[in-house]
Amino acid sequence: MSPIMGSCSALLLVAISLASLSSGIALSPGSAEGFSINGRVKIPGLAVKAFGNSGKISDAEVTLNGGSRITFLRPDGYFSFHNISAGTHLIEVSVIGYFFSPVRVDVSARNPGKVQAALTETRRSLSELVLEPLREEHYYEIREPFSIMSLVKSPMGLMVGFMLFAMFLMPKLAENMDPEEMRRTQEEMRSQGVPSLANMLPGAAR
Amino acid sequence: MAERSFFLFLLLLFLSSAVEFSASIFEDQVGLMDWHQKYIGKVNHAVFHTQKTGRKRVVVSTEENVLASLDLRHGDIFWRHVLGPSDAIEAFDIALGKYVITLSSGGSILRAWNLPDGQMIWESFLKGSRSSKSMLLVQPSVGAEKETVLLAFYGGFLHAVSSIDGEILWRKDLGSESLEIQQIVQPVGIEVVYALGFDGSSQFAAYEINARNGELMKHESVHFSGSFSRENLVVSDGVFVALDASGSILVTVHFQNGEYSLQEMRISSLLGGNFGKAKLLGAKLPHMFALRNDKLTGFLKVTDEGKLETLERINNEVSISDSLSFAEKQRAFALVQHNDNKVEFRVKLGHEWNKDLLQETVNIDPNRGHVENVFINNYIRTDRSYGFRALIVLEDHSLLLVQQGEVVWKREDGLASILDVTTAELPVEKVGVSVSKVEENLHEWLKGHILKLKGTLMLATPEDVATIQGMRLKNSEKSKITRDHNGFRKLLIVLTRSGKVFALHTGDGRIVWSLLLRSLRKSEACTSPTGIRIYPWQIPHHHALDENPSVLVVGRCLPTDSGPGVLSFIDAYAGKEFDSVAPTHSVVQIIPLPFTDALEQRLHLLIDANQRAHLYPRSPEALTIFNREMSNVYWYTVVAENGIIRGYAPKSTSVNEGSDEYCFDPTDLWSIVFPMESEKIVAWVTRKLSEVVHTQAKVIADQDVMYKYISKNLLFVATTSPKGTGEIGSATPDESSLIVYLIDTVTGRILHRMIHKGCQAPVHAVLSENWVVYHYFNLRSHRFEMSVIEIYDQSRADNKDVWKLVIGKHNLTSPVSSYSRPEVKAESQSYFFTHSAKAIAVTSTAKGITSRQLLIGTVGDQVLALDKRYLDPRRKTDPTQAEKEEGLIPLTDSLPIIPQSYVTHALKVEGLRDIITVPAKLESTTLVFSYGVDLFLTRLAPSRTYDSLTEDFSYALLLLTIVVLVGAIFATWILSEKKELREKWR
Repeated sequence: MSPIMGSCSALLLVAISLASLSSGIALSPGSAEGFSINGRVKIPGLAVKAFGNSGKISDAEVTLNGGSRITFLRPDGYFSFHNISAGTHLIEVSVIGYFFSPVRVDVSARNPGKVQAALTETRRSLSELVLEPLREEHYYEIREPFSIMSLVKSPMGLMVGFMLFAMFLMPKLAENMDPEEMRRTQEEMRSQGVPSLANMLPGAAR
Repeated sequence: MAERSFFLFLLLLFLSSAVEFSASIFEDQVGLMDWHQKYIGKVNHAVFHTQKTGRKRVVVSTEENVLASLDLRHGDIFWRHVLGPSDAIEAFDIALGKYVITLSSGGSILRAWNLPDGQMIWESFLKGSRSSKSMLLVQPSVGAEKETVLLAFYGGFLHAVSSIDGEILWRKDLGSESLEIQQIVQPVGIEVVYALGFDGSSQFAAYEINARNGELMKHESVHFSGSFSRENLVVSDGVFVALDASGSILVTVHFQNGEYSLQEMRISSLLGGNFGKAKLLGAKLPHMFALRNDKLTGFLKVTDEGKLETLERINNEVSISDSLSFAEKQRAFALVQHNDNKVEFRVKLGHEWNKDLLQETVNIDPNRGHVENVFINNYIRTDRSYGFRALIVLEDHSLLLVQQGEVVWKREDGLASILDVTTAELPVEKVGVSVSKVEENLHEWLKGHILKLKGTLMLATPEDVATIQGMRLKNSEKSKITRDHNGFRKLLIVLTRSGKVFALHTGDGRIVWSLLLRSLRKSEACTSPTGIRIYPWQIPHHHALDENPSVLVVGRCLPTDSGPGVLSFIDAYAGKEFDSVAPTHSVVQIIPLPFTDALEQRLHLLIDANQRAHLYPRSPEALTIFNREMSNVYWYTVVAENGIIRGYAPKSTSVNEGSDEYCFDPTDLWSIVFPMESEKIVAWVTRKLSEVVHTQAKVIADQDVMYKYISKNLLFVATTSPKGTGEIGSATPDESSLIVYLIDTVTGRILHRMIHKGCQAPVHAVLSENWVVYHYFNLRSHRFEMSVIEIYDQSRADNKDVWKLVIGKHNLTSPVSSYSRPEVKAESQSYFFTHSAKAIAVTSTAKGITSRQLLIGTVGDQVLALDKRYLDPRRKTDPTQAEKEEGLIPLTDSLPIIPQSYVTHALKVEGLRDIITVPAKLESTTLVFSYGVDLFLTRLAPSRTYDSLTEDFSYALLLLTIVVLVGAIFATWILSEKKELREKWR
């Protein structure tokens, strides 16, 4: 992740510090009161697109075990839960605009400090608790740029298209017909008194 | 053949697009069909920012565990954080003028937030060993310091914490079994921290601690002849005030200069006569304090010599703010008295009681109740004198800013704590009420549509886009207070925790009326009233449209089940309570019955704590209807603590004393007892009463028919092993399993039972038609899962034979009874789901024809729409061609999360608690209302709006097409005339 220079945004500073900091320990041996889980959320490019509708790092929430505890991120992206019992826990990160996989974290009572974390979505195990979004989420449909095809494909376009076809291509087709046969058909139509378009229009009565 | 395949291809195309993006919208459609309102909840503490740079802000903490920074000019939210459910903010303050320091989670978590943007700066965990009061002390900054030491008391330990990084500088154990520290004081400019409290019930204890290193300098204790109550206060820097257990003796301890002297005084000798049991008011005032009994409030001053002087006795209800220092060593505080609909706001100087710095009268809507809390702040007027403004928290949880005798802004924060929601139709548009007002002239209409056309064709300039957006949002059609043809406009009637009922317009979310219910206000008969539910009470028939619909609000006086109930009936148009029932029998369960009387009032059964049923409305007619239908009325109760589900039916009128003819004794019909040691009820859910099912039969790919088992009496119950009810990760896969039941509530018959091994709570479920979908946690794969059970009636499965139908040997017309034992077949399938869920709901439409979508409130407070077809037990990995044509989706192990199908798009419904769906009149469309701290309403069309043109529909393009067509008709006519002429000449 390369820091982007030339802007004085505080979030850019965050990006730089994210890039320069070495990743931290994911688990620390707890006291008698329980264990701690320390981790970090890294969102590449958040600083750049923080002005869109995607979330800010200050709005990110980290949820432990489906809502029993919620914590927030520090400016450098670190978060921690304290007083955790030994066992398997689930951490979920929610930031608007990003999709994070929940993370399974095993806190071992026998080997304090042992790290075991895995993304539940991809089953990828993590050597350290650095959580990155799996993908960005776009909540809106993107409007297709204007194209003749989309206009033609709309019901009205089809109507106009059919009409044009009837106007210009049908006579061409009719020309290819045998003139004799054509005349016979026309006479037949006249004798039967099929109301033609011309008869219906005003002033067409002859 | 080719035609058919082409048609199928089109169908598939349509279906696939419908599955994937049926909830999606374009970015410029935000706010068209949806609205979002942000709230914070009832403010319990506020700190004004006094730094020059950000003077116009106030930081507040609320009962909904929200920490927010508000704009003082308009009341808008700058930033806000919703803390976890167990993370209530105990205390907070501003340190160094740039950090907000919060002490939360019972006092164990100390956090610092950046004041301008709400970014968390650091988080520190305090360790304690005992339960104790938790306190936070932030020294007011003097000048431009770089660092200040925060003192936090938690769990019997006093912690000194650096304000820069949250590092704990020192901690001092101040505890023994009997010691309770009540106050932490550090007089300004002194390096000594006083920790004051009680040792046992009658010993005052004081510790003097070096503020630099936490060393104990002195320990002092003074004996008191009586016993202390836990009410106490520190007045100015050297006087500790407490009350004795009876509330009649005032104890003051002066502790300045290392000397401790205790004085006792009878309150009646100070405030005269029979003052009764007194309470200390918590406001921090300079050299004075306030006492209150149930009638009056007395102010007492502590003189320099340590004497107590009575200042004033006030008869009215009064709220007092903490004192505020302004100018040079001047301190002031505010006193707010409420008389009728006027609020008298007085600011008094600390050292001069008799002079009011400011006296203003503000008119406040009596519908807001009395003043609960007040916070003051000063500002410098243009003429360099001091002005004061006050934040007032009212009984209905609203927040008002009062300045110069005017209400500058108000926030309806009662809406952050909605208990229940119902809807009412709006009145029909009357003849004479002109509609034309909203319609512009033809020219403007055409111009608007041409602009829209440009928008859809992506030809619009940015200004045009802005105009289009403005035009759409301004559209006054959607906010009219009359019924519309499509049924999009309705009233959402919500009951909030403060006892206030609001009617919100579904079009734009504005408040049409609000009412603070008299029966849900604190009174002598009703000490701690709470609302429970709200129901539609009377829905006038189409022919009686001049009548107003009404709603029923059920509450109870005590938070326990056995507390007496209160009922209130509200006119849904006028917003007035037209009837109420004073505290009466307890209310445990409310059952709306499917019968109405001649006035279209719905019959309701209210079940009390003794399982007796009380019939409402109390009219002979209702009784006649009920007696006629009594043999078909059943109810059940779920006692989760004891693991028992019981079914009842009403017996003839109760013979017990204290009951009347509207009270019915229960008959026990059946009971299901779950073994306590292995199963604990964690969730139960039934079908929504108002749900409509279109068809009983489901035609599957091979022209086969399956009959849905549709019963209003289906109950879904989930139990887990006792270990599996805790939080995720507290049990191992072998220790917990989830068992689900489908139970018929008339007979108590278990229709289906299924075990999910290695799974645990929390379970969220929704039951609709013949299926139930539930969300739970799988401990083996350590992921959330969702399962579906569909239940089909096998006894009707033979009716497929045409010959049987012809001869009449089918059983389709046989009455459906719960007492017959239908053969049912249940199918089930499970899928992984990424997020944890906060709520699950299902869309409901007017006729039930439209396919359904599940609405899942995710952990990130978003609402995801998921097509029901993803949860179909018939899904398989490689469906046949016929099944694909039917719309069966190939089986995948997890449910897809498509960002475009978040109905909340890029918004969050902070603190999401529940999702409600209301059918619109238009079959394809449903209204979705989700609420928590925020409110969000949108319109959904699960299968797209197949029955109406979308709002995007381009009338201009249609007009253009028609013009072109007419032009072409004339052109062809002229051409044909010419050709005919030529033919005739030939």
